[in-house]
Amino acid sequence: MTEQIVVVGNGMAGARLAGELYARGEDLKVTVLGAEPHRAYNRIMLSTLLAGKIGESAVELAEVAGRGVDVRTGVTVRAIDRTTRQVRTDDGDTIRYAHLVLATGSRPVVPPLPGLDPRRLPDRVVAFRTLDDCRRIRALADGARRALVLGGGLLGLEAARGLAARGLDVGVVHRVPYLMERQLDPAAGAMLADTLADLGVTAHLAVAPVAVAADAAGVRLELSDGTVLDADLLVLACGVRPDTALAEAAGLAVRRGVLVDDQLRSSDPRISAIGDCAEHGGGPTGLVAPAWAQARVVAQLLTGEDPRARYRARPVVTRLKAAGIDLAAMGDPADGPGEELTFADPARGTYARLRIHDGRLAGAILLGDNPSVGTVIQLFDRGQPVPADRRALLLGRAVGGDVATPAASPALMPDAATVCQCNTVSKGALVSCWRGGARSVDAVVAGTRAGTGCGGCRDAIAGIVDWLSRADPVEVTR
Amino acid sequence: MTLREEHGQVTVLPREFPTNRGGLCQKGWTSAELLTHPDRLTTPLLRDPVSGELRPASWDAALDRIVTGLRDTQQRHGRDAVAVFGGGGLTNEKAYALGRFARVTLGTRNIDYNGRFCMSSAAAAGMRAFGVDRGLPFPLSDLGRADTLLLVGANPAETMPPLMRWLTEQRQRGGKLIVVDPRLTATARQADLHLQPLPGTDLAVANALLHIALTAGYVDESYVANRTTGFTAVRRTVAGWWPARAEALSGVPVADLEETARALGTAQRAIILTARGAEQHAKGVDTVTGFVNLALALGLPGRPGSGYGCLTGQGNGQGGREHGQKADQLPGYRKIDDPEARAHVARVWGVSADELPGPGVPAYQLLDSLGTASGPRALLVFGSNPVVSAPRAARIEGRLRDLDLLVVADFLLSETAALADVVLPTAQWAEEDGTMTNLEGRVLRRRALHRPPPGVRTDLQILTTLTTRLKGGAPSYRLAHRKGPLLTTIEHAADGADATDGEHGADPRAVFDELRRASAGGLADYAGISWERIDAADGVFWPCPDEDEADSPRLFADRFATPDGLARFHPVEHRPAAEEVCAEYPLYFTTGRVLAQYQSGNQTRRVGALRRAAPQAFVELHPDLADRLEVTEGEPVRVVSRRGEFHAPARLSAAIRPDTVFAPFHWGGAARANSVTNDAVDPISGMPEFKICAVRVEKAGTS
Repeated sequence: MTEQIVVVGNGMAGARLAGELYARGEDLKVTVLGAEPHRAYNRIMLSTLLAGKIGESAVELAEVAGRGVDVRTGVTVRAIDRTTRQVRTDDGDTIRYAHLVLATGSRPVVPPLPGLDPRRLPDRVVAFRTLDDCRRIRALADGARRALVLGGGLLGLEAARGLAARGLDVGVVHRVPYLMERQLDPAAGAMLADTLADLGVTAHLAVAPVAVAADAAGVRLELSDGTVLDADLLVLACGVRPDTALAEAAGLAVRRGVLVDDQLRSSDPRISAIGDCAEHGGGPTGLVAPAWAQARVVAQLLTGEDPRARYRARPVVTRLKAAGIDLAAMGDPADGPGEELTFADPARGTYARLRIHDGRLAGAILLGDNPSVGTVIQLFDRGQPVPADRRALLLGRAVGGDVATPAASPALMPDAATVCQCNTVSKGALVSCWRGGARSVDAVVAGTRAGTGCGGCRDAIAGIVDWLSRADPVEVTR
Repeated sequence: MTLREEHGQVTVLPREFPTNRGGLCQKGWTSAELLTHPDRLTTPLLRDPVSGELRPASWDAALDRIVTGLRDTQQRHGRDAVAVFGGGGLTNEKAYALGRFARVTLGTRNIDYNGRFCMSSAAAAGMRAFGVDRGLPFPLSDLGRADTLLLVGANPAETMPPLMRWLTEQRQRGGKLIVVDPRLTATARQADLHLQPLPGTDLAVANALLHIALTAGYVDESYVANRTTGFTAVRRTVAGWWPARAEALSGVPVADLEETARALGTAQRAIILTARGAEQHAKGVDTVTGFVNLALALGLPGRPGSGYGCLTGQGNGQGGREHGQKADQLPGYRKIDDPEARAHVARVWGVSADELPGPGVPAYQLLDSLGTASGPRALLVFGSNPVVSAPRAARIEGRLRDLDLLVVADFLLSETAALADVVLPTAQWAEEDGTMTNLEGRVLRRRALHRPPPGVRTDLQILTTLTTRLKGGAPSYRLAHRKGPLLTTIEHAADGADATDGEHGADPRAVFDELRRASAGGLADYAGISWERIDAADGVFWPCPDEDEADSPRLFADRFATPDGLARFHPVEHRPAAEEVCAEYPLYFTTGRVLAQYQSGNQTRRVGALRRAAPQAFVELHPDLADRLEVTEGEPVRVVSRRGEFHAPARLSAAIRPDTVFAPFHWGGAARANSVTNDAVDPISGMPEFKICAVRVEKAGTS
């Protein structure tokens, strides 16, 4: 396979595809064209970068190069010519393709508000999407006291959390009465708002923005209830829209995203689309896991490794994890048939709601300190049967475990109970040794070898010897 | 341990020693039983061509059969048609002599050993990161003083109980113990934090821990800059391993990953140890490397009281892998394809470097080629029982049956010996002198208490006798002289002098002295270690090039054993197991040990007290899984994989994940866990994937 593969986009999906192709191909010709001037980076880590805990180098991703893979950054594709099968770039280049993969991602939505021109946002207003956006926000946040975030979804809260971690006073404005309404229920949303409040983030709920005014001194947001909020910067996190401009111009079938089948092919079989720009089944998810699964399928198909590879959408898990916040949401726990499991501990900010249908997890919201979170995610992701003892879903795997608990008193311990595992010495054997004349811990140890392995049972042996020396062993044990 | 003999009865007592601190488990206490066990072999056995049964025979007859068979095989099929398979329980002297026997006497490249199934992944990872592989580059006592100790796939409470004394001390001092294991093992129960990942996902956990270390600022930047190289590539790789991704894959909560990274990253003294659970995978080297990367990024190796290490699995797991039993290796941890190493060792052996064969193939590949058109047709086995311990064991059993000649040296009739054409009765641990090297790289003496029983010979005697017969002269373990051509057709005249020749060439002290010379200048340099010096101290740590210089309890204080002295980072990516679960084989299967048994069980299954403690194999499964399978406690079940099946009673335990079943590998026959294990191997170390494959479990009554 030496036919040229061109990948448009060097983001989470495009860079991943290059890596998947590289790992499989012996004889490849792949050109990756990234519009951003940076090497591939991990978009998920931008909120950590925003928090100021890491430097930019920490978000760089491994990038493949050589062995037929050519990555060009700072190159924007202007047009696709499907008849001649070539793409034209902004630097005047044309590149032929045998197969084209669109991984153009998505663009942030700029709400239609007076004072916000999507083509030229005011200086103190930034839509949070790229590394350059992150740089601008960091620059604005330096020396700032107050920040506003428009949008109380996952991205908005991550941005808010990151800005709060820098010491800013942060307000989040959200139209809906509770945060992250796509993933949470009102109770979890309310508890999340409380948790965020402790971290320096104030939620303004059930209010819509009506206008933005920004100048060199600051930014002012007017809300539908008449409130006016002032800040040093405003971050827009109002969702994203698949970037389909190239595909539309080339005449490919597009709904919200570029429509693709199970092989990630668009309406032109020589053009695929993956990641945020693609629409498979239900629509774009904006998450990394599906994009990477899609990259893998495309690589398997294009290299011929597995011509039968097909993408199957899997239910997604939304995870928000930062210092002080631990949230996992999946499926729909609030609606549908089956049993419902709930737990709430508002004082500690812990909330769990799970729905079980046919012995499988249909959905879950876990907020706060839920030791079962890893188990729940795996059970949901893999569609595995839930534990018979449902408490394990709330309290973690160890519930119902046969964790040996030492008997409260040696008197209550059965004679057959093994005290020393290393040398398989039972309580009965220790008692016999005592009766045989051993009258100290050392003597009992020497007589039975108990406690000579790992030594972990020394206290238990001492307890038994102590009990024997006080009680009448013959009467107690018979 | 200390031995005492009264009226011919040997008793064992624990010894106050800096490693075990006077501790001894039941296997140690009862080990003397085997010296006089009724099953003990005291005469050679030869397979009767008519009845097909093993019959007692004289040493002369047995050796004749071997020598004739070896000569015939090599004449007809070439030198490499004879193979040698050793063991990690052999003394340093035997491991060394076995390597020399294969390379010089037999002239075959085909030698490897069961340590390939044990330590090879950690060894390869250590070599590529530090330039040297010594299980612990620091004394065991450092464990007791660690503020944070991370054990990955290690269960010392069952596999080396005396080691737990250090862990107890560590926790009593307020240290934090974190255990990574898919099972809530006896060791994990004692931990402050237990991470219970899905089998085969340790590498994702390692990368996520390093990701967290980076974002939380635990990375020791000046250490990384001054003492390592290659960090940028690792940093970019682990940037793709945000904790939630590892959580979904492994099931380990992000909060626990963060807590682990914090405990390691903020400790004054932190130690990371891996063992078979992390290593026995087709990605074992990369998995260990993931944890080595973490240790290096935190600046642990070489920092006093901190570091990375691996726990050995066999009696001489460390020494057994240093002196030439490995397919690609010469004494002193030298590489067999390194011209300088070949020249040095050839000089010590009194042969020309050109005569030394090149590298052979790793254990599983070797075993799997036996009796095939291109593979060896004769095999000599010392100190190993691959019929029980090899992966995909039914296939290996078939390969062994296809051999023209199988010779097994053992003191009990193991499952492998039972297939042999010739079985040679050997001496036991209390009957011969020698040295072992423990996991700390500490060379220890093992002293003979008495002579072997009549009819029994030591492995060294057997090797020298065979050499005498094959070559017409015993190898001189004094400074060697040039030997004649390898396969001489002249009959050796002095067969009657076998015993004396054997003893002369088989003096373990003389062998050790030659080992010292052969290892001189190598990574595992024993040149400055004499038996007297070992006796005078509590063992001697290698490298020790000079008798008058101090030994090396701690490595890496100033530099690593790489050409530029810098440790190497290697980017590693998680990948799925060689065999993942599917509709037909929906459960993960993993293997391990139990406290009262050891390895293939050939010895421990014959000791009464141990047999009572652990009488039979079992299949550990979660009560929820048992419920779905309608299996009750103690009910016989069948575990089936694509490669075979085995049977054992069910043991219900909530200590295991419901998607995983476990069985110990100490039993043969119908209860042989290795009948189902996967023979996929690590591309670097050749380690088979013992720790994960896909199975289904059925009630044994159904078909």
